[in-house]
Amino acid sequence: MSFALSVNGQAHLVEDDGDTPLLWILRDRLSLTGTKYGCGVAQCGACTVHLDGQPKRSCSIPLKAATSAQITTIEGAEGDEVRVVQAAWVAHDVPQCGFCQSGQIMSAIALLRHNRRPTDQDIDLAMSGNLCRCATYNRIRVAIHTAAAQLGQST
Amino acid sequence: MSDLAEKNPRTLLTRRRLILGGSLVGGALVVGYVATNPMQVVGAILQAGGGDPDPSAFGPFIRITADGWVTIVNKQQELGQGIHAGLAAIVAEELDADWDKVRVIDARSNVRAYGVQITAGSNSIASNWDLMRNAGAAARAMFVDAAALRWDVPADKIIVRDGIVSHPISNRSATFVDLLGDASRQTPQQSPVLKQPRDFRLIGTDRVRRKDSLQKSTGAQVYTQDVQRLNMLVAVVAHSPRFGGTLARFDATDALRVKGVVEVFAIETGVAVLAETTFAAIQGRAALRIEWDDSEAEMRSTDELTRYYQDIAAGRTDVEPSEFQATGDGPETPFDGEVAEFAFDFPYLAHAPMETMDCVAEVNGWDVSITSGAHLATIDQVQAALTARTMPGKVNIEVLPAGGSFGRRGIMSSDYLVECVRIAKRMEGRPIKLIWTREDEMASGYYRPMSHHRVWVELGSDGFPTRWRVHTVCQSLLPVGPNLTATEGIANSPYFSTATTVDGKIFTPAFPVIVGFWRSVGHSHTAMVMEHIIDQLARRAGRDPADYRRVFYEKAGDNRRLAVLEELCRRADWDKPLEAGWARGLAIHEAFGTVVGQVAEVRMMEERPVVRRVVSVVDCGIAVAPDQIAAQMEGGIGFGLSAAFYGEVTLQDGLVQEINFRQYPILRMNEMPAVETHIIKSANKPTGMGEPGVAPIAPAVANAVLALTGEATQRLPFLNRDARNSAGFSV
Amino acid sequence: MNARQTPIPWTWRRRLKVGLLSILALTAVTGTIGIVYALYPRTLPQTGPLEARLLPAEIERLRSVSDFDGIADPASRSVAFFEEAGRVLQHPRCLNCHPRTDRPTQTDAMRPHMPWVTRGLDGGGASTLRCSTCHQAENFAASGVPGNPKWKLAPIEMAWQGQTLGNICRQLLDPTRSHMTRDELLHHVMEDELVGWAWHPGGNRQPAPGTQQEFGSLIKAWLETGAVCPQ
Repeated sequence: MSFALSVNGQAHLVEDDGDTPLLWILRDRLSLTGTKYGCGVAQCGACTVHLDGQPKRSCSIPLKAATSAQITTIEGAEGDEVRVVQAAWVAHDVPQCGFCQSGQIMSAIALLRHNRRPTDQDIDLAMSGNLCRCATYNRIRVAIHTAAAQLGQST
Repeated sequence: MSDLAEKNPRTLLTRRRLILGGSLVGGALVVGYVATNPMQVVGAILQAGGGDPDPSAFGPFIRITADGWVTIVNKQQELGQGIHAGLAAIVAEELDADWDKVRVIDARSNVRAYGVQITAGSNSIASNWDLMRNAGAAARAMFVDAAALRWDVPADKIIVRDGIVSHPISNRSATFVDLLGDASRQTPQQSPVLKQPRDFRLIGTDRVRRKDSLQKSTGAQVYTQDVQRLNMLVAVVAHSPRFGGTLARFDATDALRVKGVVEVFAIETGVAVLAETTFAAIQGRAALRIEWDDSEAEMRSTDELTRYYQDIAAGRTDVEPSEFQATGDGPETPFDGEVAEFAFDFPYLAHAPMETMDCVAEVNGWDVSITSGAHLATIDQVQAALTARTMPGKVNIEVLPAGGSFGRRGIMSSDYLVECVRIAKRMEGRPIKLIWTREDEMASGYYRPMSHHRVWVELGSDGFPTRWRVHTVCQSLLPVGPNLTATEGIANSPYFSTATTVDGKIFTPAFPVIVGFWRSVGHSHTAMVMEHIIDQLARRAGRDPADYRRVFYEKAGDNRRLAVLEELCRRADWDKPLEAGWARGLAIHEAFGTVVGQVAEVRMMEERPVVRRVVSVVDCGIAVAPDQIAAQMEGGIGFGLSAAFYGEVTLQDGLVQEINFRQYPILRMNEMPAVETHIIKSANKPTGMGEPGVAPIAPAVANAVLALTGEATQRLPFLNRDARNSAGFSV
Repeated sequence: MNARQTPIPWTWRRRLKVGLLSILALTAVTGTIGIVYALYPRTLPQTGPLEARLLPAEIERLRSVSDFDGIADPASRSVAFFEEAGRVLQHPRCLNCHPRTDRPTQTDAMRPHMPWVTRGLDGGGASTLRCSTCHQAENFAASGVPGNPKWKLAPIEMAWQGQTLGNICRQLLDPTRSHMTRDELLHHVMEDELVGWAWHPGGNRQPAPGTQQEFGSLIKAWLETGAVCPQ
């Protein structure tokens, strides 16, 4: 069957089984490989994308359920939050192996869009669905605080 | 320009390679040199028939281009540890390049150009320290010589800073780019003058930063999983669910009906399903009907294996021990006086790197082209050649950064890479991307081996050991040779310094469960054995655990541990009590030449330890990249805590029970303690940093639990299988 | 310098000899290993017909309303109806989302939910980690994640974990806690699709006993017999 998708503002027509996880559509059909496969069972968060601005695990969304939403991947993420988050990630050298970081950043962006001044507890709540095997958690936390401070200054 | 080069440009190139290269071999002209250098011989054989990497006037590790960029070629594998930045900083330091104009690319596998490419044992900085310094210094000298010639001034009056070559006396200066043409025609010096460590301007500063943070923060970093090629097929393989099981029969009818599935065939390690997309391959595999032959397979459960290990240590089986340490009177002498007895059990542990095993390979006649996060590129190259039945020189590996490894990709058998080449060989002419699912990865073995330790310590009247007896049971990581990795961290321990007799025995059972190298290897259990015993002995002797340790270190003359202990006590406020309900635990362990001390602040919550802060002190020689040392300490502690709290791979009738993060939880954001890292100033050569941070955290926490509850920890993980998933207390 | 240069011809020859010998030896060893490996016989199976192996499914039944006809006393019968329905109410499929803390549980062992999630303001998760981050409108076989359009936690007043069946019963009948009249309660258990999920949980999850219809009939019979609660 063929499905219409809107990804990063672009319309795509995808021919595949409707029960294919969105993750594999993004990666294998649309070549948007910034979104990673880490577990396939919504435990690690490496595949996090935004559907209508909400963070979602793309491994756990069937293609057929993604047709009506605006999908944003790490490649298409834009805006103030994205800019400050990525800058903070670089400033603190957050990544080690880096494999989980697309997902971490998509979750962090959504967090800052909901909450401009997150506390440590807010960060725990928003980010504990994203695993980092290199355990870069402390730097992620500091980078989110830095990004929030940047947002506070710019608005 | 030297006479030599004028007479024979080829000689110049050859000399350049010899001086600047890892172990370059030129032509027949340098056979004499080759003959006396075994690595040159290996390189010549391995790269026979293969192409030359692209040559640079400044040797294989340095490229300088007219746009002003200095590109450092990273011969090691980047798997998160930041080695690309560390090696680049060493080169840039000696080259006096402008760090902001330095970038790093990953080397392909080529022994002839780069020397042996094996990323293991936390030794990438240590083993390349001299090589990288020489490469940088030799290139720097070429710029100095070029400037001296151009300006007609003595070379020793020329200085280089941040990519600018200058002669202050005549107030002349030029950039690397200005001098590029002249410099590249200079003859490299055989032993260029290296800087004194006190003159380092980049090494040891916080200016040494990762070069890959931006691409890793924008999704732009390409990993093997992301590689796409024209006409490529994705392969997944159904493996035997039991170790030692083999394929008996299979029926691919339903699998071939799955849309997108192209081929299904048996390979040595199972049944390969090839499809146009990853998900089609996964679905195709799910539709396979397979019968496995379990006649040679491991059918036991973890409980049985644990009892088996305890029987082995008690001498009730036919597994014969061998001595790993024997000093003093020998094992026959009976104990005399007070004896403390200890027993520990440790489970199998999976690596679970975020990127599962994957590899892209294409076989075309004699040529094999591979793209992978090849950890042991040199070994992988040979294994791939044997599999494809070609010459290693015909195997070209594009080494990509890996999404973690923790030892899983550093496999002597190159298991998944070989599997991919097998499939690619069968599908000759078509690129194949092999993807393992998380379940494949966790059930595949190469685990940190389970182990059992029994320790008897005879104590003198002063409360210090007079005699140690250690019985360790652990599978060996290598098929031949002594089982050294099982007892590293126990053998020659400084805690033996007060004893007159040490009797260490290792029992090495062999059965089909596959074991391998897991971040910090043997230290992942031996640090717990030694450090937790020492705290229990200190308590028994009524001594403070830090004071008690000091006596051993002084007796052993272990000044590095002493310095770490002093700094650790100071930084962690060891002498000041914590608020009620909290306690500190201390552990100090040396691994891979690096001494790490950690103090954990712990409380108990619903019978499980919660860690809020860890103070770490490390002596790793000269600190090349302090910020990355801190990063490795943070990561090591997080990795060690995952294992200490939850890490356990168990078997039920031979079937692995923990096959995804649901059953094998790893530490999450809300459980990560604050980490402080303090580096001991040192002028010694750098030692490793990737692994040593892992080992001390479990005993540090166990020692805090001992202080809080009076109860010793006899097994890891702290949480048993039922309680394991009750993760998630926020500190 | 001269002293160092003199022995060169000898060293040169010696180096050459040693070098060639070691190259030869290494080549021979590598070659032998390679050939042995290449010629090592192996046969691999080909695809052939194999029976599919179906796992027997165990389905727990509920007793039907008529099974309780033997109990004459209406109050006792009412309690019996509720106790039978309680096998559903206290099944992990139901209890997991009726936690007494802010964190749901999961699996038949009712372990705390991984990752750490909380109920949030509406029972659908914290605003930054909603249930819908992972749970969609349907069970999803590919990821094994269960789903339902209404996927969320029961309100904290309706916490069942750690409660006796009698307490759960009184909770249900108390509109301030259940937020439902008896009619609404009956409609809820018979028609609600999130309640209905318990019998179609997907994956290898054990469904709640019986069917939603049978469960609803028991609740209806219990209400009609006076809605008496067990102790």
